[in-house]
Amino acid sequence: MRAGAKLGFFLLFAPLVLWLGLLIVIPHIDMFLVSIRERIGVAEYQTSLANYLTFFTEPLYLVTFLRTAMMSILATALTLVIGFPVSFYIAKIAKGRLQSALFLLTLVPFYVSELVRTFGWMILLRETGLFSTLLQWLGLADQPVEMLYNDVAMMVGLVYTSMLFMVVPLITTMESLDDSVIEAGYDLGGSGFSVMREIIIPHAMPGIVSGSIIVFMLSLGNYLTPTMLGGKDSLWFTELIYSQFIVRFNWELGAAFGFMLLFLSSLIVWGTLKLTGQTLEKTMG
Amino acid sequence: MIPSIRQPRAFRIAYRAYVALFFLYLALPLTVVAVFAFNNSQFPSLPWKGFTLEWFFGDSRPMIGVFHERPILRALGNSGFIAVFVSALSVVVGTTNAFLFNRYEFRFKGLFYVLMLLPLVIPGIVLGISILVFSSTVANGVWDGIGYDIEALRPGLTLVILGQFSFITTIVTLVIAARLQKFDRTLEEAALNLGANRMTAVRTVTIPYLAPALIGGFVVAFLMSFENFNTTLMLVGSDAPLTIAMFDRLKEGSTPLLNAVSLLLMLGSTTLALVMVLFQRKS
Repeated sequence: MRAGAKLGFFLLFAPLVLWLGLLIVIPHIDMFLVSIRERIGVAEYQTSLANYLTFFTEPLYLVTFLRTAMMSILATALTLVIGFPVSFYIAKIAKGRLQSALFLLTLVPFYVSELVRTFGWMILLRETGLFSTLLQWLGLADQPVEMLYNDVAMMVGLVYTSMLFMVVPLITTMESLDDSVIEAGYDLGGSGFSVMREIIIPHAMPGIVSGSIIVFMLSLGNYLTPTMLGGKDSLWFTELIYSQFIVRFNWELGAAFGFMLLFLSSLIVWGTLKLTGQTLEKTMG
Repeated sequence: MIPSIRQPRAFRIAYRAYVALFFLYLALPLTVVAVFAFNNSQFPSLPWKGFTLEWFFGDSRPMIGVFHERPILRALGNSGFIAVFVSALSVVVGTTNAFLFNRYEFRFKGLFYVLMLLPLVIPGIVLGISILVFSSTVANGVWDGIGYDIEALRPGLTLVILGQFSFITTIVTLVIAARLQKFDRTLEEAALNLGANRMTAVRTVTIPYLAPALIGGFVVAFLMSFENFNTTLMLVGSDAPLTIAMFDRLKEGSTPLLNAVSLLLMLGSTTLALVMVLFQRKS
């Protein structure tokens, strides 16, 4: 039996190691090695930090990087602010059938591909689109209005695309908050605001953290929405990675960009977890 | 705030209006995509030129419908092929992972658990390029070594499958592990007492118990694979799956054909998702 248990362990351990090793760990090490080499001739390379130097000295790259980070943080904050009241409504106010119906309704749009969602916003916002026509019909505009290809359109798309990943963790954590705790808060003389700040938000914290992390990650790594809805000035960092890899075929620089993106996202995820005293196992698993 | 606490009427009305507005926001883009699939025009925009089904069934220019548009059908086939492989693979590895973390204590277990979660916090595009870089390192190494070109390690279906598998497995593992955790192990011990060996006990008692999670994991993996964009974009070869094919068309300008494809996708994935929800509700 002892030997059997050992064999069983290795049979279960092997897939995990193969998967993580061959598809996650080694590829990232290899990508790092590519990012620290510099091409000096045909198929000749030397180790150097030239690619990272290029990243830090070329304003376009650095500015795009920082801008992407700031915009992703903004998108996360907006998603939280917009989604929180709705999650509270579904978790604590709606009851029975209405509750499950509303919950399902928030899920359904997200089983549809992101491409379709983005396409929907293009139809709504473009010059010949629905909103533009509506504004003209109402007499608020006398010619077609182009609402696509700017930061606001991109933000609308980003928030829309990641809403589910905020709302679901929020609902799950808030559902476990007992009504009587809220009532007790009021009985003890709390106002709506202080109950919200001292009871509901602390209780929902794990949900807020995991929702924010996922939404931030999704926004930072998004390619489709900034490309389709954003304008010329809304260049996203992932677009730079894509163009280095696929268009210019400069894998060394592209790999360095990839690492910077990974570094930034890990830093922010780690920072958020530390600040709020959560762990990855608790928020994700 | 909650029903047992009275709030001013105006507040309650405003709150309800806000929630209604939110659902309008959710529904609006999908509704317009669906509606314009039936517009008898070359463009998915106003003015409304009458109802037509040509964007589904049309077979002559300029209105070739989905069911006669070869490239789209081929892309749909590719997506299905990729999704089936990814789901099957990730359910198998997800199951072994779930058993491993549930049943065994081993050194660095915590570290491995965090590593297992990591793919969720790596941006999809970075996963894509890292696998692209590594696979071409291997392919180039083999080419330099023995002069044989491993086609499978160049951008194409295999790499897309591996790329999607690399992060979908984490999600499937979590789905299966959640159910395994609730499993009452005395049931398995009862089977052992009744003379079954360990393998038989797992096969006849534990696996049937896990079935809803296995099916749920498969469906989630299938949907995620089908709609994945970022990782796929970096690994795709000449045989593009549907999302990439639609993206390429959308860049050139859209016709209601794309609306029709989108509508079919929505119906397909919603049906699948609802079936899954009902199925899990029942068990």
